[in-house]
Amino acid sequence: MTATSTATDTPSPLPERLADATRDETSLRRFLHGLPGVDQVGVEQRAAGLGTRSIKKAAKRWAIDTAISMVDLTTLEGADTRGKVRALAAKAKLPDPEHPDTPRVAAVCVYPDLVGTAVEALHGTGIGVASVATAFPSGRSSREIKLADVAMAVDAGATEVDMVIDRGAFLEGRYGQVFEEIQAIKAACGQAHLKVILETGELATYDNVRRASWLALLAGGDFIKTSTGKVSPAATLPVTHVMLQAVHDWHQVTGELRGVKPAGGIRTTKDAIKYLVAVHEVAGPPWLDPHLFRFGASSLLNDLLLQRRTQLDGHYSGPDYVTVD
Amino acid sequence: MPDSPFDYAPAPESRDLANLKPAYRPFVNGEFVDGAGEPLKSVNPATEEVLAEVSTASKSDVDTAVKAARRAYEKTWGRMPGAERAKYIFRLARLIQERARELAVLESLDNGKPIKESRDSDIPTAAAHFFYHAGWADKLDYAGYGPDPRPLGVAGQVIPWNFPLLMLAWKIAPALATGNTVVLKPAETTPLTALVFAEICQQAELPPGVVNILPGAGDIGAELVGHPDVNKIAFTGSTEVGKLIQRTVAGTPKKLTLELGGKAANVVFDDAPLDQAVEGIVNGIFFNQGHVCCAGSRLLVQESIVDEVLAKLRYRVSTLRIGDPLDKNTDIGAINSREQLTKIQELVESGDTEGAQRWTSPCPVPERGFFFAPTVFSDVQQSMRIAREEIFGPVLSVLTFRTPEEAVTKANNTPYGLSAGIWTEKGSRILWMANRLRAGVVWANTFNRFDPAAPFGGYQESGFGREGGRTGLEAYLDV
Repeated sequence: MTATSTATDTPSPLPERLADATRDETSLRRFLHGLPGVDQVGVEQRAAGLGTRSIKKAAKRWAIDTAISMVDLTTLEGADTRGKVRALAAKAKLPDPEHPDTPRVAAVCVYPDLVGTAVEALHGTGIGVASVATAFPSGRSSREIKLADVAMAVDAGATEVDMVIDRGAFLEGRYGQVFEEIQAIKAACGQAHLKVILETGELATYDNVRRASWLALLAGGDFIKTSTGKVSPAATLPVTHVMLQAVHDWHQVTGELRGVKPAGGIRTTKDAIKYLVAVHEVAGPPWLDPHLFRFGASSLLNDLLLQRRTQLDGHYSGPDYVTVD
Repeated sequence: MPDSPFDYAPAPESRDLANLKPAYRPFVNGEFVDGAGEPLKSVNPATEEVLAEVSTASKSDVDTAVKAARRAYEKTWGRMPGAERAKYIFRLARLIQERARELAVLESLDNGKPIKESRDSDIPTAAAHFFYHAGWADKLDYAGYGPDPRPLGVAGQVIPWNFPLLMLAWKIAPALATGNTVVLKPAETTPLTALVFAEICQQAELPPGVVNILPGAGDIGAELVGHPDVNKIAFTGSTEVGKLIQRTVAGTPKKLTLELGGKAANVVFDDAPLDQAVEGIVNGIFFNQGHVCCAGSRLLVQESIVDEVLAKLRYRVSTLRIGDPLDKNTDIGAINSREQLTKIQELVESGDTEGAQRWTSPCPVPERGFFFAPTVFSDVQQSMRIAREEIFGPVLSVLTFRTPEEAVTKANNTPYGLSAGIWTEKGSRILWMANRLRAGVVWANTFNRFDPAAPFGGYQESGFGREGGRTGLEAYLDV
């Protein structure tokens, strides 16, 4: 079993300890349940404590630009149309026309049937096209359909695939099934990067978040992502802490760098900066990079743009001065 | 994409908020008066600059203050109905809240602790102590000390420099709630917030003499302790001074409570929630630069996970930011005095000499002021000085154990016994350990949590008596 590192893009064999962990269902269960537990009070206290960091001046400007460059600008509605996606792509390319030095976002995230439209609109820009897949958001379908979903997105040119794990199988303790499914989808992705959505709001405990994170990393996910955005609670700081700790620990064990993506409910610059502080202090400075950290967001971008203007112009401009799409 | 590291720009709290005055004076009988003692200069330990000149008390001032407290006790405070006393104490609590920012900045200036701690921990907890005890003032009949328990009279209180205002709250709130009046001596190096609290007493229109505050050095503390008309002594500070006080008080009718040093064991089992345990270890020893009597200064780790814990701990400690205490992003502030810094350095050198492995955080340390980088000693043995003596600084000693029995034996193998920590996800083991650890406070899967409702105090050389909770009232009642 091999995993692809986002840092090197070369498959590397896992350390023996981890290779053994995935030998069979029993070993996998033993490994995941042997991970240190997460104390709820402690992790929430730490997240709240780091949330009081005061980021000002140059550090704030840097954080805003970095956060913009990490946004996966997302539209995932039943009502999505090609026109909507084209508008989103235009916004991704030039977020703030009055300040053309504003960084571009990392990627645009759409449903599989609209990948083609996004690819066309973003051609030659270097902005990624991410597609949700695998019977998003519930993941309740057959393996064949999930794989076909992925194939459809990849064939249309998606550079990134956001899959959902089978939470039902996970909660039933059938870790092997979840593991194999992630592996199969990773294989179906080809060159596209795989983000594995854990839907932490349905996993209910931090211990489960840690186990699901490791499961996704073992199976070769390039990113672990909190949520679909369709379930409440979506991303929270403490959950993201646990996931950042997982990629940090993974790097300690394997030397590989894997990414984290909180998604859903992050709407303000203030929140985004709290996440960046957590990235900086929990995972470490190397993760302050769009290759290793993304925000799944739609309305966050405009708040970042408004705050960026405030920093540059010295006064707040207001929502009518940025574009809705 | 800018390629700069995420260096947090300075985010200093304005020092103007502290309303720092050039001179401060003792508070006796409701008035600020000139003390007859040698004036002292209070220094900002982060910059070594003089903050203010403080007029200090002399022996005769102690006598004047005790007489004022006695008068207030007999004429007003001791007779006042509990519900009336409660109104005053609630007022003190609210005024502390109203002036919280000012007090927090002043505390950080005078003591050197990070503003995030004075702002989020010291001052709110101090206010909470007054709120909590205000609630007791009219319910003493139901506290379990019989119907109508009586106060003792005048309490002489001496407090340390590590939590200047919080220790004042721990002392004054229960004394006032139970109907006693007080003469309090703040620490020599940190008198300022206590004297602002004196202003708050005026604002609250507390009757004159109920609270008297006398800045000064140890000799004034000794004078207060030895004064024949004081009924109760409460002291928080070093074991050495505690022993002197106990000798002084022996054979007199004075009641005494002592809250002294500690060398707390923080015990981490192999089934602990490791990341949160690391947080707890960091909080246990680096909170307030380790100037905490209940600091978790002895880390006992199960041998099977010591390498993993040390690796996680070193990474985490290297992210701590040491520097300007007024910067909101500072995690570790200044050591309170040059004297204390010298003591820490001396003990750390003994650790090197005795063969422990020293690891120091690579974080940059300010050149001016009294600072000491976070330090972790591994391979520490029970017989070394750094495992026995209280360092009272940001220095952790890491020892190992093999079995729960051995953890208990090693944890209890100390002349102290103030606090302990247990880290395990096994509930039965928490209870088993807590029953066996000889420490006044045992935290499970957390550390350094304080609440006015929870009694705090020690065993053996950590002192006796409890502060906080229903139990803490007993120290100020004639029962």
